[in-house]
Amino acid sequence: MAALVIAEHDNASLKPSTLNTITAAAQCGGDVTVLVAGSNCDAAARAAAQVAGVAKVLVADAAQLADQLAENVAAQVVAVAAGYSHILAPATASGKNIAPRVAALLDVAQISEITSVESPDTFTRPIYAGNAIATVQSADPVKVITVRGTAFDAAAASGGSASVEKIDAVADSGMSTFVGREIAKSDRPELTAAKVVVSGGRGMGSAENFHLLEPLADRLGAAMGASRAAVDAGYAPNDWQVGQTGKIVAPQLYVAIGISGAIQHLAGMKDSKVIVAINKDEEAPIFGVADYGLVADLFQAVPELVEKLG
Amino acid sequence: MKILVPVKRVVDYNVKVRVKSDQTGVDIANVKMSMNPFDEIAVEEAVRLREKGVATEIIAVSCGTVACQETLRTAMAIGADRAILVETGVELQPLAVAKLLKALIDKEQPQMVILGKQAIDDDANQTGQMLAALAGLPQATFASKIEVADGKAAVTREVDGGLETVSVTLPAVVTTDLRLNEPRYVTLPNIMKAKKKQLDNYKPADLGVDPAPRLKTLKVTEPAGRKAGVKVADVAALVDKLKNEAKVI
Repeated sequence: MAALVIAEHDNASLKPSTLNTITAAAQCGGDVTVLVAGSNCDAAARAAAQVAGVAKVLVADAAQLADQLAENVAAQVVAVAAGYSHILAPATASGKNIAPRVAALLDVAQISEITSVESPDTFTRPIYAGNAIATVQSADPVKVITVRGTAFDAAAASGGSASVEKIDAVADSGMSTFVGREIAKSDRPELTAAKVVVSGGRGMGSAENFHLLEPLADRLGAAMGASRAAVDAGYAPNDWQVGQTGKIVAPQLYVAIGISGAIQHLAGMKDSKVIVAINKDEEAPIFGVADYGLVADLFQAVPELVEKLG
Repeated sequence: MKILVPVKRVVDYNVKVRVKSDQTGVDIANVKMSMNPFDEIAVEEAVRLREKGVATEIIAVSCGTVACQETLRTAMAIGADRAILVETGVELQPLAVAKLLKALIDKEQPQMVILGKQAIDDDANQTGQMLAALAGLPQATFASKIEVADGKAAVTREVDGGLETVSVTLPAVVTTDLRLNEPRYVTLPNIMKAKKKQLDNYKPADLGVDPAPRLKTLKVTEPAGRKAGVKVADVAALVDKLKNEAKVI
């Protein structure tokens, strides 16, 4: 048995979700190889080689791999797939884009967002927005898997000394081209990796009012999140959305402000260690999962909280 | 330009499902069923492309039991021109659906396939990507904007950290994210009209596809419960709890 991890990276460094995926890969049994497909991605490959538990790093370096287009990266994975019993990617926007394409090209099922490895062929995964947990067994010769990062500890980023092997890059598919991206620049931690998350909901009332959460996030060193209702209303950018169809987070502390707690939102945050809810509606479902609930007007409570935190 | 829009019949998004006591699945007897919300967005987008003069014909497809006809009628009430049901009682997993849809691409030769990024029952988020792979087509997943011109589609995608735009040559597969559009309400006259629209029926065997599942579900269980904690009286009490009890700040 041997596992291949599709690294998520920006050519210069590995994304944290890659480290959680490496942990899941190690649990599948056998050696772990990491594939870094990118352009001028030596730094990312070196970082992968230092991760504890990684035996080998494969590097495919070519311009057509720079922007992680699914057509090219999936073809690259398939080109090296022989000999691996497991192929894993993080269950992020990038991993979810690539892994099903790989699975279909190999004519095998893909197992989405696993939360545990029960045995090399059996895994658990949430269904129905996390309201049920399915234990599934794959009879396919290769298991193609996406990994929910919050369910696995991150592998240590240092201590490993894997060999790095250059491989031939596949040709450009010619079917798709990267045009551009608008990525919000932020000094805050990444939402899915943050130790503290401060999220706002429709109760915030407007995009301007969302700024009220910034001093609190600053004080707590938190990432900022939002409910789907707040994103749909235009109060917060789409990449802040926490929930079934947005990001899944499990920080040490999750502070839900003006969030009622719809099923699909709870699906994205109910594995947080400590949940705090501030809402003026004492019947709000969010209080059903919160460790500490405060029934209060957020416009008074949030500034007061910042002040009392000092 | 012809657009194929696959739609899935799922438990309505407002229903909180219950796990069956024998752990074989969730109880969906007598539960309200609806079109998967992401697929509804896909149908709406296709109809808007026809209204802009980009698309000429919209074909809705659903795979599953005969009850999926209801979902297809809804798609036609939103504006799809005709529908195809691939009828089977077999449990369908994403790879099987992708193979059935690939066979329909071969038959219908659409320029674009638009479908939801994920179904809210199995939360798999696979079918569009698999279909693109099997059909040898480019994919643009998690779309929040689609612009078609000169045999290409420029698609803005919702990705971690923001937005990204890719240009794909047509034919292509596009999967929808939440912010692509807001589906229109279905009107009674359109529901009546939809009843008269053409609905063709195939079996997987007609399409040369073996839909047998690849994954076996061993059991379905309740998630670990999270019990409600305490309500605190004021902000000072909250800060005290966080500092001295939870010790997270």
